[in-house]
Amino acid sequence: MRALNKKLFRELWHLKMQILSIALVVATGIMSVITMRGTYESLVLAQEAYYAKARFADLWAPLVRAPLSLIEKIEEIPGIEQLDSRVTLLATLDLEGLDMPAQGRFVSVPESGRPILNDINIREGRYLSLGATDEVIISEKFALARELQPGNSVRVVINGRSRELDIVGIANSPEHSYAVPPGSLFPEDERYGVFWMGRETLSAAFDMDGAFNELVAILTPEANSQAVMRSIDDLLEPYGGLGSYLREDQLSHQILENELTENRIMGTIIPAIFIGVAVFLLHLVLGRLITTQRGEIAVLKAFGYSNIEVGRHFLMFAVVAALLGTLIGSIGGYFLGKGMISIYIQYFDIPDLEYRLSFSLLFMAFLVSFLGACSGAISAVKRAVSLPPAEAMRPETPARFTPGPFERLGLGKLLSPSGRMILRNTERKPIQAMLSSIGVAMSLAILLVGMFMFDSINYMMDLQFRRIQREDITLTFKEMVPESARYDLAHIDGVTRVETYHTGAARLRAGQRQEEIAVQGLEPQGKLRRIINANGDEVPVPTSGIILSSLLAERLGVQNGDSIQIEWLQGRRKKNGIKVAGIIDDFIGISAFMSKAALRANSGESPVISGAFLNVDSLQQASVYAELKEIPAIAGVASPETMLTSFEEELAESILVSAGFLVGFASIIAFGVIYNGARISLSERGRELASLRVLGFHRREVAVLLLGEQALVTLLAIPVGYVLGYGISSLIASSIKTDAYRIPFIADTQTYIIATTIVILAAIVSAWAVRRRLDHIDLIAVLKTRE
Amino acid sequence: MNRSDRQTILKVDHLCKVYQMGEFVVNALHDVSVALHAGELAVILGASGSGKSTLLNIMGGLDTPSSGEIFYQAENLSNVSERQLTNFRRNHVGFVFQFYNLIPSLTARENVALVTDIAPDAMQPEEALELVGLSERINHFPSQLSGGEQQRVAIARAIAKRPQILLCDEPTGALDATTGKLVLSVIEKVNSNTGTATAIITHNAAIGSMGDTVFKMSSGEIVETIHNEHRADLSSISW
Repeated sequence: MRALNKKLFRELWHLKMQILSIALVVATGIMSVITMRGTYESLVLAQEAYYAKARFADLWAPLVRAPLSLIEKIEEIPGIEQLDSRVTLLATLDLEGLDMPAQGRFVSVPESGRPILNDINIREGRYLSLGATDEVIISEKFALARELQPGNSVRVVINGRSRELDIVGIANSPEHSYAVPPGSLFPEDERYGVFWMGRETLSAAFDMDGAFNELVAILTPEANSQAVMRSIDDLLEPYGGLGSYLREDQLSHQILENELTENRIMGTIIPAIFIGVAVFLLHLVLGRLITTQRGEIAVLKAFGYSNIEVGRHFLMFAVVAALLGTLIGSIGGYFLGKGMISIYIQYFDIPDLEYRLSFSLLFMAFLVSFLGACSGAISAVKRAVSLPPAEAMRPETPARFTPGPFERLGLGKLLSPSGRMILRNTERKPIQAMLSSIGVAMSLAILLVGMFMFDSINYMMDLQFRRIQREDITLTFKEMVPESARYDLAHIDGVTRVETYHTGAARLRAGQRQEEIAVQGLEPQGKLRRIINANGDEVPVPTSGIILSSLLAERLGVQNGDSIQIEWLQGRRKKNGIKVAGIIDDFIGISAFMSKAALRANSGESPVISGAFLNVDSLQQASVYAELKEIPAIAGVASPETMLTSFEEELAESILVSAGFLVGFASIIAFGVIYNGARISLSERGRELASLRVLGFHRREVAVLLLGEQALVTLLAIPVGYVLGYGISSLIASSIKTDAYRIPFIADTQTYIIATTIVILAAIVSAWAVRRRLDHIDLIAVLKTRE
Repeated sequence: MNRSDRQTILKVDHLCKVYQMGEFVVNALHDVSVALHAGELAVILGASGSGKSTLLNIMGGLDTPSSGEIFYQAENLSNVSERQLTNFRRNHVGFVFQFYNLIPSLTARENVALVTDIAPDAMQPEEALELVGLSERINHFPSQLSGGEQQRVAIARAIAKRPQILLCDEPTGALDATTGKLVLSVIEKVNSNTGTATAIITHNAAIGSMGDTVFKMSSGEIVETIHNEHRADLSSISW
């Protein structure tokens, strides 16, 4: 082996802690790419495969009831590639050990052969057998939650008749990967499942013989989807068409897409920060490391080594750190990615969802970190090799110091000589100190970004479930019932307050733009369901006009006070003008609110209601639920409290995972910056510090001098970190803007305190690691020779 | 006053220092006994590798002997803790190094203050700098001082604590002859004015004549001890 290589290996070994800490920072960058971007790519792949296999529809058109003969007419609409009709209805389930009513979404499938569109994916058991009338296939999530298996049976109430159905299979479908019961915002698998039954059986049970109540279609690639929708809506109008919608508005798809969008944004921003910090740190640390080797470089050059050989030698430090980092990062990223995917599997029923590590991604990550490492090292190597050997070998003249701005202000007198040393050393190399500070600030920012997300989600949830939805129970009726039903509800023992709502599906038009939305008609003086804006302030329900979510207003391009067109999609299908009475910033869903009276006046509907909000005496909750179960007109019963609990449970788990992730990453970065900063200072100033020890300074006193600088760097980093964290978080919050939710940007004081504490702890640990080295500094050796 | 009447400040008895260098055993010091008295100026003379620096390091509490004993006045320092050795250096020993070892980020005054801040009964930094003739340059940083000036700051830093012992390791090694003599005259002046027991290590035989006592070292042993009746005047010395 050549001597130069021996030198490399020995020095790598000597600097193992420094190399390792840099490698770990590179590893966090690689890991975040492999984990987050890899998760995103795996999800997209699994989604595409799933959709293709199931022949997932492009368009849905629900309606009340139409004869099968209508299909032929619809098939003639240009742009439709494949069309399928089906029968789908809600039915009550009779489940044991459950207070709240449970429901099944019944969807018809052909008795012979599989569905043309939206096929199901059998996970266990088998498909329906021909001619069997009591067989059913149930959704996987529901089966898991209820511990049901093929061979078990389930009691359901169909059209007022209780029936026992045999479970023959367990399946999932892209249409129902996120199954939300009516009135709820989140899946509640305990009490809501999807039931696939034979078309004949289901039609007979629901009086749908020779008819259908939903169309699904795949469009040709060149189809004008808006035109197809209009044609379908026109044809279905006489049959109670409820307005067709595209895949982008299909709930399961939308939720998955939102998740993917969020994943893509986070998977871009977070790894960008990590890789950025890693490159920056490599630049900082390798630069200083190479500067300390000035003399050696001169000797090598004096012996006749070329600049390229010397340069390559020092570049190897960067390459080794980058390679080691890539190795650790890839392995760590692979396992973290698997972990992330296993969390997604719990949320979404996507078959064959598994973490796939793409080699192109791995290669990209390696290339970025490798180039980053080299670019970090190269400027320092260049500087070092450009020095003439004689100059580099000459003993260093004492570094030039002058009183800095702090002292010129006359504040220096307040400091001890040690304090002045710390201050002057920092002031003498302001760029270096600033860069180190930015490094530490980055780690603080990463922590803040992660933690702000949770603050924001908590705020959003609290607003939605404690301040907007103040009812104990949300009721949805299968179809409109007269307003007088409220008195029946009020008479139930234990019900303390009843408010009703009237929802109308409508198409809002402003110029060329249009949006379909379920307009909620609320009680003007309602206590249970109010309109609350982003700041948590109540906006009174207007006596006339309509209040829109800001995202909806933005899409329609309207402002407060503008007049828009409203076309009701049910009942008499009236078209009217209406004034925008207000625009609110809200976080969940997109909404349009009116007063019940104004809604009825505008749509021409009679006083009917779509559902009710109830307050219930907590002691009588069970009996109220029992009584509600007996009312056939009720389609859905939801409890905001239950929704919040189930959400918080899920959130708690992901908080734990992500928080661990971020704390680990941020600590590694903070450690990498501070430890390397102190180690390099130690090698630059070892002689000075040893002199002080000889003069009678105790170890602790010398440690203060060295580590004081790092403490100052850390201190300066804190406000910078706050600003960076704030900026990046608001950037993320503003880029995550989907129909399902927007993320408010909320920053709790507590979050700042926790994040700061973690960074300071990381600083203390790195200081402690260097302190041990400082304690063992060889006093005599340092004094004997000039380095 | 006769040399033997003076109080013994520092004494080493039968010192041995053995280094294990891989397979080899190096006897850096072998049975060395030296005493340093109040007001005495001793010169330890030897070629490089003779063991003089090892001796000085042990005398100054920077290193510990393999065997033998070291006494500061009546106190035995042979087996004390690291902390006690630091306190010994902090309170009683002044060091001057070949390469000055000033702190670049501190001015002359502050370099001295560094020591006076932690020593009991120290001089004012200005006073110490005046003793070495640098009153004019107290606010200069090391980078703004010449080599001789830097070494005089180092001497001021060493004596400002009013040490009982002043140890100088090749104080003129990095200086030209004229500047070197100026520095030696400062050391001599301090020694006569304050009565600090002083040891100068050098490989330069000419310097020996300025001491009360000269210890000649070779291969880790004291081969000759010379007591000068009179110290030679610095102006008569040349190299």
